[in-house]
Amino acid sequence: MGWLLALPFLLPIAVGLLAFAARRTPPLARAISLIGCVGLLLVAGAIFVQVLAQGPVAAQMGNWPAPFGITLVADRLSAIMLLLVALVGASVAVFALADVDRHRETLGFQGFYQLLLAGVCGSFVTGDLFNLYVWFEVMLIASFALLVLGGDREQLDGGIKYVALNLVSTLLMLMAIGMIYGLTGTLNMAALHQALAEVEQPATLQLLAVLLIAAFGIKAALFPLYFWLPASYHVPPVAVTAVFAGLLTKVGVYALIRTFTLIFPADLGFTRELLLGAALLTMLSGVLGAASQYEFRRILAFHIISQIGFLVLGLALYSPLALAGTVFYMAHNIVAKTNLLLMSGTARRMAGSFDLLKIGGLYRASPLLAAVFFIAAFSLAGFPPLSGFWAKLLLVTASLDQAAYWVAATALVTGALTLFSMSKIWSEAFWKAHPQEPPQTLASLPAIERVQRMAPAVVLVLITLLLGLFPQPLIEFSQAAAAELLNPAGYVAVVLSPSE
Amino acid sequence: MESALVIVIGVMTATGVYLMLASNLLCYLFGLILLSNAANLVIFVSGRLTRVVPPLIPKGLEAPPEPVANALPQAMILTAIVIGFGLLAFTLALVVGCYRELGTIDADHMRLAEPIDPDGEH
Repeated sequence: MGWLLALPFLLPIAVGLLAFAARRTPPLARAISLIGCVGLLLVAGAIFVQVLAQGPVAAQMGNWPAPFGITLVADRLSAIMLLLVALVGASVAVFALADVDRHRETLGFQGFYQLLLAGVCGSFVTGDLFNLYVWFEVMLIASFALLVLGGDREQLDGGIKYVALNLVSTLLMLMAIGMIYGLTGTLNMAALHQALAEVEQPATLQLLAVLLIAAFGIKAALFPLYFWLPASYHVPPVAVTAVFAGLLTKVGVYALIRTFTLIFPADLGFTRELLLGAALLTMLSGVLGAASQYEFRRILAFHIISQIGFLVLGLALYSPLALAGTVFYMAHNIVAKTNLLLMSGTARRMAGSFDLLKIGGLYRASPLLAAVFFIAAFSLAGFPPLSGFWAKLLLVTASLDQAAYWVAATALVTGALTLFSMSKIWSEAFWKAHPQEPPQTLASLPAIERVQRMAPAVVLVLITLLLGLFPQPLIEFSQAAAAELLNPAGYVAVVLSPSE
Repeated sequence: MESALVIVIGVMTATGVYLMLASNLLCYLFGLILLSNAANLVIFVSGRLTRVVPPLIPKGLEAPPEPVANALPQAMILTAIVIGFGLLAFTLALVVGCYRELGTIDADHMRLAEPIDPDGEH
């Protein structure tokens, strides 16, 4: 079991090193990267099957028993996150073949891309707080490199803001980790679950909780800590934006979920109200920010923020249904969001700009592109019977169950404003005629590029459709995952007292 | 000893935050150095400070006699220092790149990625 849980990060690191060594011969680096992505899909699938069959699984690295060594753990949440990483990783890797230019490839794009996947996967399987910090750093340095790779002036401008604010998050996290260690003498998450419950200094615990909310809140782009995101996400190549949008902020949300279901005791004063307030303001400010934009990718970037609010909302409501909603929303959002970003890249390729006022006529130029965008966008806005509808239904029902009517109202208003933004893109980019000459048609692109651009999009949109038309399996899975999160006894037992 | 270090950490953190709030990126970098070393010291102090008791096991014993220094925080600090230094080097390179390409290291003048629209629309 041990090697299987380590593979989600060992494989991308090895593949990344090989791809980086082969960066001067892009075809070879591409092949290595693609094989690595297929391998990651298989590994994530194997872990998912195992977790489905036997619940949480753990492995002690170097046979050091917990809590002394580094533990790797996968429960249902980790397993589905790994599967989503592998899916997004493979889709964007294929898209990147058409989107990332040769110059960036020879600078080592494929290597950094794999390293990013390694950092994300490592964050999802680790059961140790300090190790989580290390994976965050791996992810961070890879994302820094991807963001500024190529060195356009805009990239440097956006990159410096991204770097500056994310480093603050890292330092806050490190300080919190140091103090938690000083308080309990352990950093193993399962051991912390027991140790922190016995700490009788509520003020200290709340301080640590707030430090971690700030640290992970910056990563997750929570209100009012999100300003690095709209400043930077629209500057790198589209493939980089797509993988960032799909995965990076979600790692922050994942860390918040772990912290406030497993590590800290459930009744921790005002932290839940803090998360709830932040979630609602994140939803609203993200969607309002998007409403004022006329740039394809910047609209989508602001919507990432808004949807982070939904994810944290489920955690803040803290009921089985709400957490199930968060897990479902995560799966829906990662798939739909990545796909929309991919579409924005293809739209620019065909119509020549990201500026909605300068493009148009895409519906006529490519009905396939239009259909994929339409389904992903309206799923994001929460239209039945698409996947976003079920995700929002779970969260809204959960808030109504707790008689939090204004929470439900905020969620619905956010949904309506999302629809406004998506309709804006639809009518400007797809429906109206192009202001100058009609855009290139999809059929006029080289056949290989067409496949590289549209195959990942079609696969992702099929998943969105499947989740929408047959939501029951994922809802049941999400409820099981939520039950595990709310009652971490199984997780703790498998880490601290392994049966072998 | 702990309380003295805690005051040092507080001063370093305050100075670091103050410097990081400046719009000059070089000031930000200096603040970053201070803050990241303050974080390292937090870990150091959280392991409790003990004098001249290295965690060595004398011959014939299975475990070191109490009290011993805690070696784990030092391992963690080493990791954090290495990572922090790498990130600092990257950030410095980025700032130099910004200066060369954009001609400024004043964050207030970096509006390329988010241009201000002169007519105030969208």
